[in-house]
Amino acid sequence: MIRVILPSHLKILAHVDGEVILEVQGQITQRSVLDALEARYPMLRGTIRDHVTQKRRPFLRFFVCKEDLSLGSPDLPLPDAVASGQEPFLIVGSVAGG
Amino acid sequence: MKGSPVDPNRIYASQTSAWFGQIIQRSDDGGKTWNTPGGEKMPDPSAPPAGISNKFFYDTSAKPLTTHQWYDGTQHPWEFKRVWHLEPSLTDPDMVYAGVEDAALFVTKNGGKSWQELAGLRGHKTGSKWAPGAGGMCLHTILLDPKNPKRIYIAISAAGAFRTDDGGKTWQPINQGLKSQYIPDPTAEIGHCVHRIAMHPARPDVLYMQKHWDVMRSDNAGQLWNEVSGNLPTDFGFPIEVHAHEPQTVYIVPMKSDSEHYPLDGKLRVYRSRTAGNEWEPLTKGLPQRDCYVNILRDAMAVDPLDSCGVYFGTTGGQVYGSRDSGDSWETIVHDLPAVLSVEAQAFEK
Repeated sequence: MIRVILPSHLKILAHVDGEVILEVQGQITQRSVLDALEARYPMLRGTIRDHVTQKRRPFLRFFVCKEDLSLGSPDLPLPDAVASGQEPFLIVGSVAGG
Repeated sequence: MKGSPVDPNRIYASQTSAWFGQIIQRSDDGGKTWNTPGGEKMPDPSAPPAGISNKFFYDTSAKPLTTHQWYDGTQHPWEFKRVWHLEPSLTDPDMVYAGVEDAALFVTKNGGKSWQELAGLRGHKTGSKWAPGAGGMCLHTILLDPKNPKRIYIAISAAGAFRTDDGGKTWQPINQGLKSQYIPDPTAEIGHCVHRIAMHPARPDVLYMQKHWDVMRSDNAGQLWNEVSGNLPTDFGFPIEVHAHEPQTVYIVPMKSDSEHYPLDGKLRVYRSRTAGNEWEPLTKGLPQRDCYVNILRDAMAVDPLDSCGVYFGTTGGQVYGSRDSGDSWETIVHDLPAVLSVEAQAFEK
């Protein structure tokens, strides 16, 4: 069980409250988590990763266990605490507005 | 944002942000609730792939496709940035045209679930010479001819106006008669910063244009344009609209200049011509006549189809003004919104 926390705008778009709980098959990586998220909530396709390049949108970052994984390879395994559901995978929008 | 002419409850909207990119939303109940078309949780296996309603993928199969010109004169690849304008079909609520930046025309035939480019436009032989205006290289105007379903007009800043007579396969520039002193060849085939075009459905061959500077009219489907700025105190501006029932009555909101996007003398004045241009009268009743320094963007003006013809416009200061009497008098509908990008009128049966 993987726990994902979306920024509020994407919660509205996906019609979800609170955390998203996902079952992810195989290795738990950024890519497999995001693939599973988008498969379950297709309206999020293109909002977190570019539709064509599949790269992270520049104003979004990924955090797990208080570490910023945004610049890491999307195919590296995520920590066990995320894979076991102890810690969530955070998708965070950059702060704007001053 | 725009509603379907054949189904008042069907409204399409485009949102864009640097955070989440392009998002298309659709309402089927007159705006009460919104959804991303094609974003269903459990898509029908026979339906198009889910979640692609936000995907505007340039068609790379059409030839000749080129790069376009960047501000500094170098060539630049086409990159999708955002949808500027949605234009629902006059007959089919599931069909919508989308004008995007970098300039291209897309169409959906399934209510916004998926979009395909009409690449013949971007493949026009002049494509490599198109260059962005200050707001980006946007396709901002789409006019559908009600008498000829194969004929579509579009306008791009700053490539100019184009027309297709075969449903979007091939296009021709329609910029003859335009004179733009700010480009190297003032009467070039393309390169004019057209801000908006308008048409009355009863006379689809008559087009009105607010160019960067100059208000223009064509009486022959864009083959030739003539300036109709007439007695306007300044002819720089963005929106232009035609009265719902009087094909010769036109509305614009002049701004001071290309570098000063606010009303002349701080007086917010809509100008109306009842003679298809040349003779203009200021409409001021109910509009601020001192210390007003807002702009009116190109998509932020609309008319309604009621007998008295309501006219509406929104400002970059967050006010929306409306007139119930074709512009004779105005009232503030709302005044504390963010900058207003788009104003559309949709009429519902009581």
